[in-house]
Amino acid sequence: MIESKRLRAGILLPPYLWLLLFFLAPFLIVLAISFGETAIGVPPFTLGWPPSLFSWEILAGDSLYLRAWGNSLLFATIATLCCLLLGYPMAYAIARAPGRRRDLLLLFVILPFWTSFLIRVYAWTGLLRPNGTINEALLWLGLIEAPLPLMNNAFGVVLGLVYSYLPFMVLPLYATLEKLDATLLEAAADLGATPRRAFLSVTLPLSLPGILAGSLLVFIPAAGEFVVPDLLGGPDTLMIGKVLWDEFFTNRDWPVASALAVSMLVLLGVPLALLRRAFAS
Amino acid sequence: MSRVLLGIGYVFLYAPIALLVLYSFNASRLVAVWGGFSTKWYGELLRNEAILGATLVSLEVAALAATIAAVLGTLAGTALARWRFPGRTVFSVMATAPLVLPEVITGLSLLLLFVSTEQWLGWPQGRGVLTITIAHATLGLAFVAVVVQARLAAFDRSLEEAALDLGAPPWKVYATITLPLIAPGIATGWLLAFTLSLDDLVLASFTSGPGSSTLPMVIFSAVRLGVSPQINALATILIGLVALVVGLAFWLGRRR
Repeated sequence: MIESKRLRAGILLPPYLWLLLFFLAPFLIVLAISFGETAIGVPPFTLGWPPSLFSWEILAGDSLYLRAWGNSLLFATIATLCCLLLGYPMAYAIARAPGRRRDLLLLFVILPFWTSFLIRVYAWTGLLRPNGTINEALLWLGLIEAPLPLMNNAFGVVLGLVYSYLPFMVLPLYATLEKLDATLLEAAADLGATPRRAFLSVTLPLSLPGILAGSLLVFIPAAGEFVVPDLLGGPDTLMIGKVLWDEFFTNRDWPVASALAVSMLVLLGVPLALLRRAFAS
Repeated sequence: MSRVLLGIGYVFLYAPIALLVLYSFNASRLVAVWGGFSTKWYGELLRNEAILGATLVSLEVAALAATIAAVLGTLAGTALARWRFPGRTVFSVMATAPLVLPEVITGLSLLLLFVSTEQWLGWPQGRGVLTITIAHATLGLAFVAVVVQARLAAFDRSLEEAALDLGAPPWKVYATITLPLIAPGIATGWLLAFTLSLDDLVLASFTSGPGSSTLPMVIFSAVRLGVSPQINALATILIGLVALVVGLAFWLGRRR
């Protein structure tokens, strides 16, 4: 055990100070600026006393923001469920594969995570656009007569979210399924349980921590996603992360962008806290 | 049943990437029309100075940010794995939240910090490589801390205790026993932080200034306008490099 107090301080202080300065302090500034007002100048806002509730009134008064929030939560929820439905069998099959194969199968789940996220989302635009690969193939086969609307709508956004975050679901599920004690399943079989029954009453309950962790790892970043709704979405599929981006870069309304960031942090605070508990146990 | 879905899962993950690679050799500019095999987009890519310049900026930022993240993340991971101290909860939240927190939040908040400190303290003067590096180092720190913490949790403490019993000062034990033993974890963390930095669009867009566009920013402005054959070629090169490095690491890991 490293007992020296000075060593402890030397190890702890540099990252602590870095995070206070570049992680915590910025949030306090965002909170402050959300109570400011837009102005023409550099920087384009003013802070006064008493604090201005102007941007918060805009946030509460314009249904655009409420719709964007609704979309974010809805799309993130659907994407999480799809990831679970596809990711669970994948993790299950990998966990049951023989040792050497298992490493390779796992590697192929992680590999996309190492390649550019932006490029992977962009790759879908070539597949989904009206004159893209899928539509051209279906037209050529004579299965459809006019191109299907596959992107710039909710379908495109959810597909993009599932595609981007699927590995985040598979990995924690694999971690819990791999540790599962096989003798429990043997015991269930010896006692006369069908494979289906054994799965439902042994495997599934024991993998709940993995399901929870995976779902949160998909849901939280998906709800705040910007690239996917921007490249695969349309005017009807605004999500909160995209709205924040537009407020900041297009409208140059920093106080409203700040208020949006605060609202995201508050609303995502609950799943974030759940995730911390899931990891702690 | 689950095997079939596993196969479908892999097709889902890899089909878009495979098509992108295929299109990069398509002489036609149109996606669904095969105009014959051609490497002309690669030639155009290599003459595209905006992309080459942005690649250099990205590599510089990624190397700097990953190194800062590796140092600070190793220290943070050590503290989190080993000790209880006042403010531990706050510290642990700060060190791990960037893993999942939507990047628009961290990006906006860091930009507003930089703007405010520039106004009040005169630092940093303008935004560019330095500010993007700070943003990416903060994100990378979280990933390194998690990897190092996991590595330390599965760590045999008896070696450290033996060295202490033999009279080595604690800092020397940390530097000569602990750090070398967790070095593979630190290397993985550095590589993760480097990749994340190369890949990041959102943090870089918020914290960059004029003249310091990173590669993802250039890619993003190109693909927003539609399919771009040059970007297909670039994507193919990037994917090839990643496959090569990961494949090599996997092969080396197996041989041992």
